[in-house]
Amino acid sequence: MKHIEAIIKPFKLDEVKEALMKVGIQGMTITEVKGFGRQKGHTELYRGAEYSVDFLPKVKLQILVPDEKASQVVDTILQTARTGKIGDGKIFVTSAEEVIRIRTGEKGADAI
Amino acid sequence: MVRLRTIGIFLCLSMLMAWLPARWADAEEAAKPEATAAAPAAQAPAPKLPPYFTATSPDPKAAMWPDQTGANSGAWATPAGDAKGDVPEKLSLQDVYDRMAHNMFSINYVWALIAGFLVMFMQAGFMMVETGLCRAKNSSHTAAMNMMIYPLGGIAFFIYGFALGWGNWWNGPVPPGWYPSLGPGLSLLNGGIGLGAVTDAAGAATGAFKYGLMGTTGWFLNGAVGDTGVLVLFFFMMVFMDTTATIPTGAMAERWSWKNFCLFGLWVALPYCLYANWVWGGGWLAQGGINWGLGHGAVDFAGSGVVHAMGGIIALAGAMIIGPRIGKYDAHGRPQAMPGHSVPMVVTGTFVLAFGWFGFNPGSTLAGTDLRISYVVVNTMLASFTGALFSMLALWAKGLKPDSTMMCNGMLAGLVAITAPCAFVDPWAAALIGAVAGVLVVYSVFFFENRGIDDPVGAISVHGVNGIWGVLSVGIFATGAYGAGWNGVVRDEFVKLYGSDGVRGLLYGDVSQFFMQAIDAGVVAIFGFAMAYAWFKVSDLITPLRVSKETEIEGLDGPEMGVLGYPDFQLHPSTSPGYAAMSPVAGSSMAMQAAKKVVLE
Repeated sequence: MKHIEAIIKPFKLDEVKEALMKVGIQGMTITEVKGFGRQKGHTELYRGAEYSVDFLPKVKLQILVPDEKASQVVDTILQTARTGKIGDGKIFVTSAEEVIRIRTGEKGADAI
Repeated sequence: MVRLRTIGIFLCLSMLMAWLPARWADAEEAAKPEATAAAPAAQAPAPKLPPYFTATSPDPKAAMWPDQTGANSGAWATPAGDAKGDVPEKLSLQDVYDRMAHNMFSINYVWALIAGFLVMFMQAGFMMVETGLCRAKNSSHTAAMNMMIYPLGGIAFFIYGFALGWGNWWNGPVPPGWYPSLGPGLSLLNGGIGLGAVTDAAGAATGAFKYGLMGTTGWFLNGAVGDTGVLVLFFFMMVFMDTTATIPTGAMAERWSWKNFCLFGLWVALPYCLYANWVWGGGWLAQGGINWGLGHGAVDFAGSGVVHAMGGIIALAGAMIIGPRIGKYDAHGRPQAMPGHSVPMVVTGTFVLAFGWFGFNPGSTLAGTDLRISYVVVNTMLASFTGALFSMLALWAKGLKPDSTMMCNGMLAGLVAITAPCAFVDPWAAALIGAVAGVLVVYSVFFFENRGIDDPVGAISVHGVNGIWGVLSVGIFATGAYGAGWNGVVRDEFVKLYGSDGVRGLLYGDVSQFFMQAIDAGVVAIFGFAMAYAWFKVSDLITPLRVSKETEIEGLDGPEMGVLGYPDFQLHPSTSPGYAAMSPVAGSSMAMQAAKKVVLE
């Protein structure tokens, strides 16, 4: 199993979710997060004075998929979340050791 | 303000002179009636005026004022106060006139009261503007200051403010042939302190002064002034003072200790009411026209100077002494932005204020029967338009985006500036006055900010700078169409030239009015600043002016008020602007403490 974490622009969330459901994803968890990358945030103006916004708002998706489906999910996120401009985010793919459905106690692929 | 209605043809000067100090009238004319007034009144061939215009009781032993029901101001038709019923054919012309006069006083009462209600609601507007411009962690504290200044200031006004400011209303240089729009009861406000006591022909002091300094009647609104008309005046002037009182809470927000603020609330009536006495209560600035020949004396229709400049100047002294918020300036002294937490709240508050201004300015006629109110309303509105518009243009000219909060400041600046001249200028001039205010407020905000004076809401620029601009603008743009005999000044040469001697600015032929306005502006700036500077220094010794560093960083809501503005929201102090300017070590540990506190609470 793979644990896929994607940090994307908030306004892309719906588009990404729709696309992922089309490729058969059963569920996902999202979190509103803040962060910065190589641009180190940006500056805004308020009553004439500049201030830096160090952490920009993003949405983080967490998806658990069987190994064979991982590349398809990553490709889908890449295609739908990309705007081509800075700040499109990142995708992390890691191996998940175990997954358990709390209600039934099922484990592994059955629990996804 | 201090607007008295003229009834010229109804009034006989000689009757007035029996009880008005001689100096109220044109000196030459006054000399002869003064002599006859000393003689028995029966010899005067003048037509008999109803007592409600002269404030002289027909029976000297039975004073008709103070009048606790208003029954002596004409006759109320249902049930008829004169017990003559409402059968038209049974009424004499005098009876009909009594009913008409009562109706006119009623219109004036209702107008002044409803306008006062609108002004009272401006308190909500101030609360929203100031709170919205503060950070969420100080929202409960800022809102509470705007709330509690209403009772605190009001109590002080009740105890001593009204007496200081309006206790000598009748020292005022009243124009010949004028009477108070709120009835003869206002003549009870005739005791004060001043320089140069005026004496009548017999050499006895009349109670009036050449230079009035303060009033001394009406402490606690005691029975001696317990009159329906006086209470209308009290209410109207009370809600005006609250505007002044609440202006400094914006400039000193996010760091002012609550206890010190409470003391301030009880003190602010002192400078406000003294200066108000000088301009509105018949004091020496209003008498500048009579004493020094400068225009009509200080003219400030609804209080650009009395209310707004005074508030803005106190705010300036306060912001200077209390110092900038932690994180407002970086290590190089460059101002940092500290964005307010709710711009829609600021905009809503701005509209509440703009709405309240339709009571503030036209209500200052104190007379619904003064038809000039339509000019006042339109001028007020136009200045608010151009104030907002030109603040936007000024921002663009500086290469900035049209900052929503600055445009709100712009609209309010236009309103502040038009407050003094609103009754005296043409609509085009009102638009121009507002436009200047809109540009002025933008440059002024940056001016003060770049000099280390931290004013979170722009109160100094909106109220102080534009209040002074409003006072000066009367001396430039007043057309002379309105305000004939204002402050008792009727100059023959102006009457010959223009037909009447209204308030006239330098563009319309009276440069001396501008000089008087400049003196007035200088007085409010110097007097207000000196009083406030001394007060904040002294009160700091009684209880500290500023909260501790820890409290300020955590936010004043919890430590000062015990109630958070937004308890259901997780605040992130470490990501809020300005916080980074703290030393990193102290900053992070404080952040953790603050975060823990929020979670715990």
